Amino acid sequence: SVNPDLASERQTASFCVEKLTALLDGGAEQTRIRRAVVEAIQSDPVFSTENQYFQTQNERYEAAVRKAVHLQKKMHEMGWTENGPEYKYIYRALSGDVAFLLHRVFMRSISVLGSDKQIAKWIPLATQLRLIGSYAQTELGHGTYLQGLETTAVFDIATQEFILNTPKISAMKWWPGDMGRSATHTVVFAQLYIHGKCYGIHPFIVQIRSLEDHSLCPGITAGDIGPKMNFEAIDNGYLMLKNVRVPRENMLSKFCEVRPDGTYVRQGSQKINYFTMTTVRISLISDEVLTPLMKACTIAIRYSVVRRQSKLKPGEQEAKILDYQTQQEKLLPQLAAAYAFHFINNYLQELFDRGYREIQRKNFDMLPELHALSSGFKAVITHHSTAAVEICLRACGGHGYSLLSGLPSLYTKILASCIYEGENTILLLQTARFLIKCFMAASAGQPVPPSVTYLAAVKPGKCPAKNKSDFLSPHIYTEAYQHVALRLISSTAAKLQDLIQSGAKKYDAWNQCTVQLVQAAKAHCHYITVKNFAETVEKLETKAGIQRIMKHLCDLFALHGIFSNAGAFLHDGYVSAAQMDMVTASYLDLLAVIRKDAVPLVDAFDFTDKSLNSALGSYDGQVYQRLYEWAQKSPTNKMSPAYERYLKPLLHNTLSKL
Amino acid sequence: MTMNADLRRERAAATFQPLLLTHILDGGPERTRRRKEIEALVLNDPDFQHEDLNFLSRSQRYEQAIRKSSLMVMKLREYGIADPEEIFWFKSFVHRGRPEPLDLHLGMFLPTLLTQATPEQQDRFFMPAWNLEIIGTYAQTEMGHGTHLRGLETTATYDPSTQEFILNSPTVTSIKWWPGGLGKTSNHAIVLAQLYTQGQCKGLHAFIVPIRQLGTHEPLPGITVGDIGPKFGYDEMDNGYLKMDNFRIPRENMLMKYAQVEPDGTYVKPVSDKLTYGTMVFIRSLIVGDSARSLSRACTIAIRYSAVRHQSELKPGEPEPQILDYQTQQYKLFPLLATAYAFHFVGAYIKNTYHRISGDINEGDLSELPELHALTAGLKAFTSWTANAGIEECRMACGGHGYSRCSGIPDIYVTFTPSCTYEGENTVMMLQTARFLVKSYTQVSSGQQVTGMVSYLNDLSSQRIQPQHVAARTVTVRINDPASLVEAYKARAARLVEAAAKNLQAELNHRKSKEDAWNRTSVDLVRASEAHCHYVVVKLFAAKLSEVTNAAVRAVLTDLCLLYALFGISKNTGDFLQAGILTSAQVTQVNQHVKELLAVIRPNAVALVDSFDFHDVHLGSVLGRYDGNVYENMFEWAKTSPLNKTQVHESFHKHLKPMQAKL
Repeated sequence: SVNPDLASERQTASFCVEKLTALLDGGAEQTRIRRAVVEAIQSDPVFSTENQYFQTQNERYEAAVRKAVHLQKKMHEMGWTENGPEYKYIYRALSGDVAFLLHRVFMRSISVLGSDKQIAKWIPLATQLRLIGSYAQTELGHGTYLQGLETTAVFDIATQEFILNTPKISAMKWWPGDMGRSATHTVVFAQLYIHGKCYGIHPFIVQIRSLEDHSLCPGITAGDIGPKMNFEAIDNGYLMLKNVRVPRENMLSKFCEVRPDGTYVRQGSQKINYFTMTTVRISLISDEVLTPLMKACTIAIRYSVVRRQSKLKPGEQEAKILDYQTQQEKLLPQLAAAYAFHFINNYLQELFDRGYREIQRKNFDMLPELHALSSGFKAVITHHSTAAVEICLRACGGHGYSLLSGLPSLYTKILASCIYEGENTILLLQTARFLIKCFMAASAGQPVPPSVTYLAAVKPGKCPAKNKSDFLSPHIYTEAYQHVALRLISSTAAKLQDLIQSGAKKYDAWNQCTVQLVQAAKAHCHYITVKNFAETVEKLETKAGIQRIMKHLCDLFALHGIFSNAGAFLHDGYVSAAQMDMVTASYLDLLAVIRKDAVPLVDAFDFTDKSLNSALGSYDGQVYQRLYEWAQKSPTNKMSPAYERYLKPLLHNTLSKL
Repeated sequence: MTMNADLRRERAAATFQPLLLTHILDGGPERTRRRKEIEALVLNDPDFQHEDLNFLSRSQRYEQAIRKSSLMVMKLREYGIADPEEIFWFKSFVHRGRPEPLDLHLGMFLPTLLTQATPEQQDRFFMPAWNLEIIGTYAQTEMGHGTHLRGLETTATYDPSTQEFILNSPTVTSIKWWPGGLGKTSNHAIVLAQLYTQGQCKGLHAFIVPIRQLGTHEPLPGITVGDIGPKFGYDEMDNGYLKMDNFRIPRENMLMKYAQVEPDGTYVKPVSDKLTYGTMVFIRSLIVGDSARSLSRACTIAIRYSAVRHQSELKPGEPEPQILDYQTQQYKLFPLLATAYAFHFVGAYIKNTYHRISGDINEGDLSELPELHALTAGLKAFTSWTANAGIEECRMACGGHGYSRCSGIPDIYVTFTPSCTYEGENTVMMLQTARFLVKSYTQVSSGQQVTGMVSYLNDLSSQRIQPQHVAARTVTVRINDPASLVEAYKARAARLVEAAAKNLQAELNHRKSKEDAWNRTSVDLVRASEAHCHYVVVKLFAAKLSEVTNAAVRAVLTDLCLLYALFGISKNTGDFLQAGILTSAQVTQVNQHVKELLAVIRPNAVALVDSFDFHDVHLGSVLGRYDGNVYENMFEWAKTSPLNKTQVHESFHKHLKPMQAKL
């Protein structure tokens, strides 16, 4: 039965939860398909995650391999295909722990970077899992800065082969998933040398393990890189190459080719290659960032209406901790952010779909904008969401610290997203470079891409708000965000120019402004997120209370941002000190309003208990009972050798005999 | 192996001698010498060597910890180490800064016996506990209640017919949950329970409860006890649960130095309940020190690694620069370095103040205790929150490799982060400080003077004739002068305390109940407390500078102090602008000066973390090694990982091969 404290929250929802779920899924039909996939996966015992909190790294890895193998069978049984509507829900239903994720990246890189001949050779083998692929780019010494990679591939005309080498320890491939124990093949990124001349980074298919007995191929040293904060199930690996020879045909050659005589030919445009990287940044947001954020909100908010602590009114029952303003102030802005990021993610997906169609028509005009948006939003969303999950974790007090709450694993998983696919600070600086360029263009009266047209409209002014309710008008706060972004971008551009005019070298000037540039890029993304949220709300149907509650969340997201970055808004007097008090008042009022719908708002994310895998967050709210039951399952509650070996002699004062 | 050339160059370029700064942190050259002597005792002892803990399962880690703890207790006595600080050092070298199963026995069970047991009870329990025939823990927190102690539900009902207390866990939520060492290690617990006698509840009291059979270590009838399962960190600690069903203990097992239950059930009240404040202040001062140390460790790792790692290019055509040369990297790390120093000085201040006042406590003068209690609550929260976020910043600044357990930072983080919760949940702590601040504000408003750290509120009385904010008077802020920055922080604290107090009053005027009004103002109140604590930290850091005699060391500490204060302003410009303490032009100058200070501190960065003087074994990080030979050692470390035990993993034969055969 459902805990009455949780049940009562659901009775007073101001909107239709099922309708909101459908909105999040993109339609009721999508919801239906998703639920069917989740049900099919989660009812299958092989996919159970029940024991995951008690398993060692070796056990987690083995379970992940078992699941990956079983998944092939399952997909066949269910008639799911990689291009079908069910495919994208499989990963969500599995909640992570499954091997061969890099196999997909291996296949994608061959499809995108390989010639037709290469595709015809490798893709069928990979599809049938006759080989297991990985993707070896990052090295011990280099990550985001790809030009710095040190692995070499030297073309040998005599044998028509490339000779691959790891010339020093920092050149060792390090981190690639599935490579430590599973992969038989990998795509190695190496500096190409022909006749002693370096042609830069190129991809090569390299076999690393025998297809017979899985032993390492000659010249290959590979293994697992050891325990990490999370991803215990994944065998992130290292790879050292010593005079490993691969045939000339193993260099992926859709865009660049080495002819038999050693002539280097570049064909077509490499820009599409560039585009792949940017799409990956956007595609990870949904599964790797939004899902854990929404799960964390679900767990923390449900727990906060079940947990009662201290009294708000003398003589009454202890209060639900969600009734404390400080608890609302921790959790509700994170909930609002989850929705804000969901909508900006939709916006980005649409933009990228459009971009993809344009690029296929050989129109590359959108690329710089797409690249800048994908970098900046990847950084801002991963950073903000990681912080949000940690807030949820700490908002659950001591019990949040138990692995059984599910929160520590959500946190350690999401925080990796701040680093992979481009380190966040570097990505923000790339966005900043684009913004500065556009600002200069706009100032010179030249056209700029649609998302940055506001840069042309420098209009000093004051925020027109007269009372606290004015701050609930989207145009008031959206303008304020726009103003701040523009101010930060223009002042940084001016600073850069000053430095250059006073004799600083361009790169020196850039490094001296990087802290400001990062702030400017963040402000831009924050502005676009608020603007998109407000525009989305405007377009929602007014029925079933959905638009009203989304409007509240949008207001909260916007005002929380102003409240927490007050200095940026006060700086040039755009928002006055008195107006800032209004923002604070309006913001705090909203907390109490959204509080009433907090549980329905997380219910709408529609995670099953198995997906959450949390003793604190399940739908029925039987928190304490579950915590107690789950703890019994811990291996530490079986007889430990520690007593006989150490405790007994200690307690009996016979330690000296040890 | 030789020292990495980058680190060698960094060390040669420092403008001061790190050892002199180490002496300051330790409290004098003699303390440094003694610390290193104890460190050597542990590090050279083969009994304390073991495999890298990152590769062990939880059960194995517990086993290692209990093994080392047993030896530790023996050796401490063998070496005659009895000074609390020296015991602390010894313990943290043995356990490398991690918790251990006897923590609660040594840190809570024994001290509680000393302070709260009658002489008769000490006779019965203390020596057996000292000799570890009794291992005890302190069972306070329950599944349903933590910081809010009055809500605890465990009952101890006195039965005069047998002269026993009957202990019960009446609900699931009343099960004791979290106490360290309770799960597997302890055979006794000091249990906090609601005392019922003669039909009345007399509130929380402490009882000595045997939980496991001496000899077999099996749970006693009526006792259900076990481990609460895996956690984020604390793998070596058997945090436990305890459920009691009509479990009887003799009347003499209630700790009765203060409150008493007489044989007929008559309850005798304790003299003063302020006495427990002392222990709380002491433990919170330890957490402040721990915030400083944990953040220092993370900074050491991140800064050394940033000096070793080269990436990308700053100038076209030149070799890849050290990542520590990027402004964004400096901006992430140097303010944290400054914070670590600030917190060291705050920790030392609280400890000294506590020792000074606790002399008074024994003589019955408790007048300073409420303020210290209020101050340490807030500082515990302020420093642990900041350190918690700072450790994560350090890890992020190490990029992908920071995420590997070989960096050591994940471990520092998971070990440290619960201090935001235990010994008082941070938000609740901030609100305790706020209560004191509001009380002080009210006193000042009614014409009384207040003393101590809140004395800045006295300035309010002279301001009250004017209608505007107290802090609206212009503070002439000189951004190069620590003393002037202290004034700026003081003005900010005054303005936020006043704003919170006024908002609270406004809520009360709306005929809200006191509790409701307090709740509706609590976000403001927390902000006020934070501003107050921030002021105290800046003030204590600035005050420390004048004590430093060596000019070179004073210069570098002054840079750090300025960076700490200015960075704090630049992160909270809203408060300073809104109150009119700083103009926009000044804020721009502050931001600029922060960046200039980064460049000033850059040449001393490695020497500043060297001064923390963490031994490599204690640091437990491949990225943070003193010699900087990072990459070679990452490879060595990875090779010993459990997944690499065999060349071909068993999963190949179990799953992969059969699958490939079928396709």
